[in-house]
Amino acid sequence: MTESVRTRGSISRRLTLQLAAIAALLALLSWGMIRGFSQQAAEQTQDNILAASVTAIAEELRSEAGQIRLEIPYAAFSMLGAINEERVFYRIVSDGETLTGYDDLPVVQDGEISAGVTFETLTYRGDSVRMAMVGRTLFASERAVPVLVAVAQTRNAVDAISARISRAAALVSVAFFVLAAGLSFWAARVSLRPLTAMAQTVARRGPSDLSPFETTAPHEIAPLLAALNRFMDRLSASLSRSEDFIAEAAHRVRTPLATVRTQAEIALHAVTRDENKEIMRRVIRAVDESSRSAGQLLDHAMVSFRTDNLTRNDVDLVDLVTEVVNGLRPTAEMKDIRILTELSPLRVQGDAILLQNALRNVLDNAIKYSPADSRVTITLRQAGAGAEIRICDQGRGVNGADTATLTERFRRGENVGNVVGSGLGLTIAHEVARAHGGRLDLAPARKGTGTCVTLSLPFS
Amino acid sequence: MRFLLVEDNQELAASIVTRMGLDGHVVDHAAALDAAETCLRCTEYDLILLDVMLPDGDGRDFLSRHRSDRTTPVIVLTARSQVSDRVGMLDLGADDYITKPFDFSELEARIRAVLRRRGGAADNRITLGDVTVDLLAGTLRVATRDVTLRNRELRLLEVFIRNPGQILSKAQLLDRLFSFDAEITENAIEVYVARLRRRLDGGSPRIETVRGMGYRMTVQ
Amino acid sequence: MRHAFASILLSAALIALAGAMAAFEVEEHGRFPGTPADGPELRLIGTAELRVFAPLIEDFQRRHPEITVDYTTASSAEIFRALMEEQARFDLAISSAMDLQLKIANDGFARSYTSRETTRLPSWARWRDQVFAFTSEPAVVVISPERFEGLELPRSRHQLVSLLRDHPERFRGAVGTYDVRESGLGYLFATQEARSSDAFWRLAEVLGRLDVQLYCCSGQMIDDVASGRLAMAYNVLGSYADQYVDPRSELEIVTLEDYRNVMLRTVLIPATAQDPARAGLFVDHLLRSGNAANFEGPRILPPLRDPAMRDTSDFGPIRLGPALLVYLDELNRTAFLDAWSNSVEQP
Ligand SMILES: Nc1ncnc2c1ncn2[C@@H]1O[C@H](COP(=O)(O)OP(=O)(O)OP(=O)(O)O)[C@@H](O)[C@H]1O
Ligand SMILES: [Mg+2]
Repeated sequence: MTESVRTRGSISRRLTLQLAAIAALLALLSWGMIRGFSQQAAEQTQDNILAASVTAIAEELRSEAGQIRLEIPYAAFSMLGAINEERVFYRIVSDGETLTGYDDLPVVQDGEISAGVTFETLTYRGDSVRMAMVGRTLFASERAVPVLVAVAQTRNAVDAISARISRAAALVSVAFFVLAAGLSFWAARVSLRPLTAMAQTVARRGPSDLSPFETTAPHEIAPLLAALNRFMDRLSASLSRSEDFIAEAAHRVRTPLATVRTQAEIALHAVTRDENKEIMRRVIRAVDESSRSAGQLLDHAMVSFRTDNLTRNDVDLVDLVTEVVNGLRPTAEMKDIRILTELSPLRVQGDAILLQNALRNVLDNAIKYSPADSRVTITLRQAGAGAEIRICDQGRGVNGADTATLTERFRRGENVGNVVGSGLGLTIAHEVARAHGGRLDLAPARKGTGTCVTLSLPFS
Repeated sequence: MRFLLVEDNQELAASIVTRMGLDGHVVDHAAALDAAETCLRCTEYDLILLDVMLPDGDGRDFLSRHRSDRTTPVIVLTARSQVSDRVGMLDLGADDYITKPFDFSELEARIRAVLRRRGGAADNRITLGDVTVDLLAGTLRVATRDVTLRNRELRLLEVFIRNPGQILSKAQLLDRLFSFDAEITENAIEVYVARLRRRLDGGSPRIETVRGMGYRMTVQ
Repeated sequence: MRHAFASILLSAALIALAGAMAAFEVEEHGRFPGTPADGPELRLIGTAELRVFAPLIEDFQRRHPEITVDYTTASSAEIFRALMEEQARFDLAISSAMDLQLKIANDGFARSYTSRETTRLPSWARWRDQVFAFTSEPAVVVISPERFEGLELPRSRHQLVSLLRDHPERFRGAVGTYDVRESGLGYLFATQEARSSDAFWRLAEVLGRLDVQLYCCSGQMIDDVASGRLAMAYNVLGSYADQYVDPRSELEIVTLEDYRNVMLRTVLIPATAQDPARAGLFVDHLLRSGNAANFEGPRILPPLRDPAMRDTSDFGPIRLGPALLVYLDELNRTAFLDAWSNSVEQP
């Protein structure tokens, strides 16, 4: 059945992929965040130190005799050296003139001088630098002189630190991702386990087992289980409805046929003229033919259905043969035909109803095509790795017709005379044998007239 | 013998009653399950013929109820296919089943088989003169001699013994006795009559040939 | 030594030639040809005198005989000028002026270099993988015992100040020290001392009153102490003192205990280096020589970490770091030198 299902994708794979994708996203996000934070932290540290440094220098600014004086405090630079090994640049601009420091260090114009510390990232001497600036206004020569103090530091360490952290974060993120992906795979497998279990339960069922599933299921799967049970319910309801329908239809058709046949029989007794009797006989025969055909057609349909979904149960062949023989014994008795059985205890795996029907058809033929006061022998014995049921009669024989021909649908032999039949009996028996991996063979009896039909069934 | 027929189709029921009357059986007809119950309460039957599709319920329910408090054998009349899980009649306690439409010879054969299995019926013996025939066992007592008859001989004898003194044509005998698919000729009747005469040898009933008409059983 | 001196050319002509090639002032120049003589050449510039540095070069050539080494002696200020302003082509700059070396690196005129040796250095002995220290040399006081007759040797600056103040007649004109305006190392020692010791300015004042003699270099000072011209030389490079002091002459070397000025001699590879890879080899050589435990060559300069010194001193060496830029600041320098001159050059 599985082979005929077109599959598209896999929940397990999709679940794994989705969870892994989420994990990847989270990993990426955390990486970005760690990176951002670390960068920020590193920058913040540098900014703080730079701010302290410019402030310390600005504190030292004084005016003396109309001149701006400044002694850069040792601490202003030693603090910069304490946390990293960045290169340090500085510039002190007074009234637009460089008082001291690196006079090519680009600083903001006087107009923009602010008393608070401002920061700027720029490129200086080919390196990215972070610069802190603070402004002071001093009175010299009786006028306000704006002084700007700028201290800058290269950012190699900041970049190096964030690169290092970013590498570490990337490593952690990748590890996280790998772990999460592994866990996702596992989680997907585990959470799909009930589904797999359910599929196995369904698969283990026989084809005609339509009873509801009694297993418990996680509540996500419960609707599926419920739907499945409802479906089984509907299926079995519709199956039994259609069986009921067929039964009803058969009943409706066969009851009037039975009436016709019975009245024809009564009429047959009542009429005396031969031609009238002949008419009545024809009526009866027609009824028998049609009812036999209808019955065999229906049986054949049922057999085909059951062989498509073969149930294999342990079948006791002795019981099976005995039951079939008992069912047909009255028919045989009518013709004083004796049925002799010789049965070895054997079992096969198969569908008892089918095997019964096959055997009934074969035995029915043996009786039907045999004369009164004859004998039918049934032998059940082991042959190789299987069981063999052989039914031999002393009847008219098959007249050279071969098995393949006689097992064709609606094929009746030339030897039938006015025996009623539809030509489906051997077809059914043959199909049943084949469905069980066995075979059906017709052969003339070894002694005298008569036919031997052999039904071979492998043990497994 | 006395049978109860449970069948809702009136026409079929009526014709079955008539047809079985020809064989000397008494058949009561019940058109529904409750009527059947009523009949069963007042009369003893040798066997019940039960149609499973009835207006007031499934024959199966009747069957299982019936089996729990009575022993009367049941033959089910069914229209179902043989290949069905739902046949199940035998499991429910039916003694046999026969599919509609049926051949009365076959029905009788089955009835006899069932009754034989169940240990007989109330009146399965008919006596004529010093001959007694057991219709179920197929045995014949002629004076003090016991003879076992073949089925066809028995059926033929039954017809003669139920209609003593009556002339029976070969065609009539054929009609009454045999399944219609059997390829039997009137010559075969002569063979069987000859055999019967031998079996009855020494007893008081004998089969006379009425030239041009048929045969007649007379008791001396 | 034979080979070294054979190759040293002290001729004025050569110095003049070198001077003509470079605007900066060259003091000495030596060439140590490798074998073969036309092999690769390393051009070194350093503050150390040729005769002090030559053994290190020869030792280097024992390992790498194919490399010709060219060594130029110049003052630290001249080395600074040569590299920063004139972009003179040198493969290594070896200087005792840590501040100037640091500024060279800070301003982007040094190359980075990493090797097994550099990574082994303690972090205080290197800066930015560009400036590497390979000696640690304390400033000492060199004393002529002869002229100190009857006086107790000073153990701290306070004692020194009192001593000088109490015996002005004996020490007038007889104390020598660096002219910090001329000597980079002198300036470094002075600024660091001014920062760390409250006795510095008092000492300067006392020295000024005693008509202190000012020198450019440690060597001359020691010579003058040895010859008896000076009773005492203050802030002399200890390593020089060890080298110069004739074991027979009885010069006294005193390390003041209140605060010890320790200079780190550093090496860097200038941005203009022609052969940075071989320069790296020489850096490694210097660092190995600075590692007291490992070095098997002749010990001319004191090691970076002298196991004997460690427990006697509480003071670390002068830190390599941007703080060294502070006293190089023009305003600071002017202010400092003004103050110093006022103290030392009293009328
Ligand atoms: N035992 C037998 N003796 C002689 N001929 C047989 C025997 N069994 C089968 N045949 C021949 O094989 C033919 C096919 O048999 P099959 O049972 O399929 O059909 P059928 O008996 O004619 O009809 P039905 O479907 O009613 O059984 C018969 O018509 C008959 O000619
Ligand atoms: Mg058949």
